[in-house]
This record gives sequence, structure tokens and C-alpha cells, in this order.
Amino acid sequence: MLESYILKKRQQKDILLMTHIVMGYPDFEASYKIVKQMVEAGVDLMELQIPFSEPMADGPVILHANQKAIEGGSTVLKCFEFAQKVAKDFSIPFLFMSYANILYKYGMEQFADKMAAINLKGAIVPDLPPEEGKNYITAMEKNRLAPIYIFSPETSENRMSYLSTHGAGFIYCLARKGVTGKATSFSNELTTYLERCRQATTLPLAVGFGVKDKADVDFLKGKADIAVIGSQTIRVVEAKGPDAAGDFIRSLF
Amino acid sequence: MAKNTMNLKNIQLPDKEGRFGEYGGSYVPEKLQLVLDEISKNYEAIKNDDTFISELRYLNKHFTGRPSPIFYAKNLSEKTGGADIYLKREDLNHTGAHKINHCLGEALLAKRMGKKKLIAETGAGQHGVALATAATLVGLECDIYMGEVDIKKEHPNVVRMKILGARVIPVSRGTKTLKDAVDAAFEAYLEDPITQLYAIGSVVGPHPFPMMVRDFQQIVGLEAREQFLEMTGKLPDNLVACVGGGSNAMGLFTAFLEDPDVAMFGVEPSGRGFKDGDHAATLTLGSPGVLHGFSSYLLQDENGDPLPVYSVASGLDYPGVGPQHSLLKDLGRVTYVTASDEDAIDAFFELSRTDGIIPAIESAHAIAHAVKLAKDAGKGKTILVNLSGRGDKDIDFVLENYGKDYGL
Repeated sequence: MLESYILKKRQQKDILLMTHIVMGYPDFEASYKIVKQMVEAGVDLMELQIPFSEPMADGPVILHANQKAIEGGSTVLKCFEFAQKVAKDFSIPFLFMSYANILYKYGMEQFADKMAAINLKGAIVPDLPPEEGKNYITAMEKNRLAPIYIFSPETSENRMSYLSTHGAGFIYCLARKGVTGKATSFSNELTTYLERCRQATTLPLAVGFGVKDKADVDFLKGKADIAVIGSQTIRVVEAKGPDAAGDFIRSLF
Repeated sequence: MAKNTMNLKNIQLPDKEGRFGEYGGSYVPEKLQLVLDEISKNYEAIKNDDTFISELRYLNKHFTGRPSPIFYAKNLSEKTGGADIYLKREDLNHTGAHKINHCLGEALLAKRMGKKKLIAETGAGQHGVALATAATLVGLECDIYMGEVDIKKEHPNVVRMKILGARVIPVSRGTKTLKDAVDAAFEAYLEDPITQLYAIGSVVGPHPFPMMVRDFQQIVGLEAREQFLEMTGKLPDNLVACVGGGSNAMGLFTAFLEDPDVAMFGVEPSGRGFKDGDHAATLTLGSPGVLHGFSSYLLQDENGDPLPVYSVASGLDYPGVGPQHSLLKDLGRVTYVTASDEDAIDAFFELSRTDGIIPAIESAHAIAHAVKLAKDAGKGKTILVNLSGRGDKDIDFVLENYGKDYGL
């Protein structure tokens, strides 16, 4: 189970690191290289995004990566093949990230069955709240997979508890309003918000949106369980190539 | 998604979660849901509020020029030689299309909620112009997101929006058309949902938009029902409206949904043909899916990504469709048919030259089907078309691309 893995890892580390890639961006070969570099540099878990042409919750950097991946021929089937390979080759937990229509089109139950069959651990689907995702939750639970839900700074206490009841694995806390890939101020406001998150759920907390360097990761120690690096990895790879991914990750510790 | 077993007589649509049968709903990131809840709450509060209603009624009458007339297109009907064709003249509204009906409602709502700015996407520019107009009128700023392809094609409307004081923000992502403009507008909305209100341009998007836009548009059918009865002593036998997102069609259809003898036709654009990427006939050729925060019929590939769409009419160029249309299709209450680019351009000239009315290319799709239907239905039957917009915006485009074929 994802949650027990996180709790166990946390006994050894102040904070865990989760990173993100868009599968097939810039191509599958590079994607594999990036995963390998990151795992070897000590990443604790990874989000594998199945590209969707209208990624509603993502900002310009990840949007661009999604569209390029699709143009380059990244399909859902190829993403499954890729995920199967990395889950076999590397021992950290891998999660899917995608959008509701990708799952609907594949078939909710088939999608969850397939995830379990290739040894993935959970999924983040930002446009599938529990109200719209009853079949999804059932299919995920049946396969002992974690449906991961998202808190934002504006989420009320009631809503946080509601999401926590339906979620598993961990809660993904957005560090700021808006979409991914823009500046976040790591401030007292964030601390207060994370305290609210902690009150609302017993699940581990991951913090994403704007985490980009060691100072940000250090800031989160003691306040959250997992720091999530999203857009920044894509920026690094775009600027310096896939081989730079490992050094970037090592710079965060 | 459960199968639709309901009928139209005993359902209040949508339910409180915004579902029209299995369609609609709200498939959005958590933080957008908070904003949508706020819109729902405010809309529920004002929709029965006397001040709001009388304010909107006043603007509809004195600003837009409602009620829009119904015109019996005698020349077109006689030339066609079948059923009598009547036109609900939404093209005569101030700003030249039906879009002003919901824009005024959305602008008043935004004002009431203390917002500073209205934002929206636009395809043909009709919604953009109407929203820019409504924003100016009630004292709000306005940002309109528009695909670069459409900006080129719909130059007059771009200029109009700018004259009205709106910012037109070009969208260069993806196919640079309506779908991409929706993405960009959503993204801008998520960046600042506090001072802005997203005034979506059709009966699409997450709850409460499909309901709210329909409610503001249903005045078209409510007026038409009364006017038609007064003119002919009967209800129309057939209703025809073009369908992109489907706002003008819902506007006309809603008041007649419980009249079993009134047949309804929604006309989708089949563009250059029925191959992927050549049309935007979502209900005709699509399958259920989720896009832009709601579940509905969708033109999608095997991965679930929306397919590229095309129509000569920028306002119909969308891979999704309003969720209530999807339900009406499944229930068999509305028949969805298609008209091609060629059919629409033909109808554009036909109506211009028979009755002196230049229709928007979007609305010309409805005219094209009405003419076909008039022949099939035969004499003594009636057809009421929602002439949803005027064609002034299209004349340069038509001249350049089709002028020669029609002696210009």
C-alpha cells in the first residue's frame, strides 16, 4: 500500500521527494533516461503523466509538454507499456497522473485493472472529484490502488475531510492558487495552510506547485511529508537535456 | 454513467449536481469547483430576485430591442414550394445575435458578485462582441480569448470588441480556434477567480453554466411560442436551429420541450465531409466523454483526446456540445442532422436574395436544413427557424472564398 510505504520511508528521511514527467516528452527514450536518473539520484516516488491535449489544471510548461508528447505519438497504450517497464525496472512506487476523459475512454474498470496488473500504486486525476468519480473510486479500491485527492489553500475544512475520506495514499496539497508552473511564495501563510491540511486528514501530505529548489524543499521539512517537483524538472530537461535530471535532483537534498 | 431512462415530462433539469441524465456535471479541479459553487449560490439567489429580473427585463427591452420579431419568409417559402418557413429574428438584437441574451445576464450577475472583469472565449466573435458590450454597459472590464485562426477570419468582430474597450487576447496554442480559446480562458480564470468571472459563451462547461446560459436564452422560445400562436393560431410543426455549443438551439427549444407535436431539429456542421477533422458534427458522429469540465457527446480519438474540428462557421467549430443536447438526442426528443459548408453558403445567398436577410454563416446551417425540411414536410406545415445572428461579420470572408461562385 502506498501510504505504508510513505510512512516507512519517512522514518528514514525528513521529507520525501516526488517528481513528475509527461510520458513521451520529449520522447519515450528520453523519458526513460529521466526516470532512471531521478531514481538513481534518490527520488522516492514518481508521477507519470499520460498526456491529454486539454490539461485543465496544468500551466504553460506542462501544457506544452503534453501537446508535444501527443504530437510525437505518445498514446495511452504506449504510456501503459512505458509505465510497465519503469515499474519493473525500478523499485520506487509510480503513480499515474491524467485527466478524466483518458480514463473514461479506456474504461474506468479496465484502466484500474491494468494499473494494478503493471504494478502502479495510485493515480491523480485533477478533474475527477469524488462526486463524479464513483466508478473510479470503486475500481481503484477493488485493485487496492490509491485515488489521490487535492487540497488547495481555498478548500474549506469540511471539504478537506470529505476528500480525505475518499482518498488514499496521500493528499496532494497545492501550495498556491492558479495552475502549475508559476511562482509560489513560501511563507507563513503556507505554514498556516499546511497546518489546516494536517488537522483535516491523517493521510501523508505532499506539497506541489512552485517547488523548485533546495530552499523550498527545506522549508517544507516538518510541515509536509513529500515535496513535489513538477514543472521545474521539465524546465531543467528542456534547458540542459535528460542527463541533467539527476544532478538537479541531487541539488535538492 | 447510468443509462437514461427518464422522460421529459417529469424531470426538472438539471438535478442539483448539474446533471442532465448522465451528462453535464462538474469535472473540474478542486479550486475551480469552489468558484463554481460561489457562482451557483449567487445565481440561485438572484434568479428569483425581483430587482434582478426587472433590471434584466429592462435591458432586454430597451437595450437589446426585445422581443425580436418573427418574420414569415414568404419568398423563401414560395420558392422552396413546401412548408411555410418562419424566422425568429435574433439577428435583429443589438450586437446582431442571440448571444447578448445571456451576456447581459452574466454581466449583471458578475456586477452583483462584486467582480471587476468579465472574461470569455469566442469563436466567431459573436459572444465576444456581446460580452464586451454587456461589460461596458454595466461597468466591467472585459478580456476575450480568441484563436489566432478565428481572429484572421472574423476581423470585423475583433475590431468591434476593441472599439467597445475589450482586450482581445490571441490564442496561439493547439488548433488556434474555439476549443483552444476555451482552454486559455479557463487557465486565466484559474489564475484569478476572485476579481474575474468567466462568462462562458454557450450552454457548455461545468455546472452551473449549461443551466444558467440556457435560462438566460430561453426567452427566445418563450417569446416565439406566444408570437407564433398569435400569428398562426397554432404552434409550429417544426423547430430548426444550428448547434455548435448549442445556446441558440436551447434558447428556442426549451419553451417547446413539453409540446409533443412540435418536432425539433438541431443542425450540426458537416463542414467539408465526414472524415475526422473535416467537420464538427459532435452529436452525429461523436461518443460520450468529458471535456472542459462536463460530460457530453464529444468528437474524440481512441485515446480520449478531442479531435480537430472544422466548419466554415467559426461559431460552430467545437468538438463538444451542451450536455442537455446530449440527453435530448438520447431521448429522441430532438433530431440532430447536418449541413455542409456548401449547404450553408448556398442558404446564406438564398435567404439574402429571396427575403433580403443576410444570415450569419452559423444560422445559414439552420436555413439550409429548413429548406430541405420544407420540401419533405410539404404544404400546410410550418417551420420556425432560429435566425440566431446576422451575416455582416461574414461578408469579407464569403466574398473572398465564395464570391466568384455567386456572381460577386
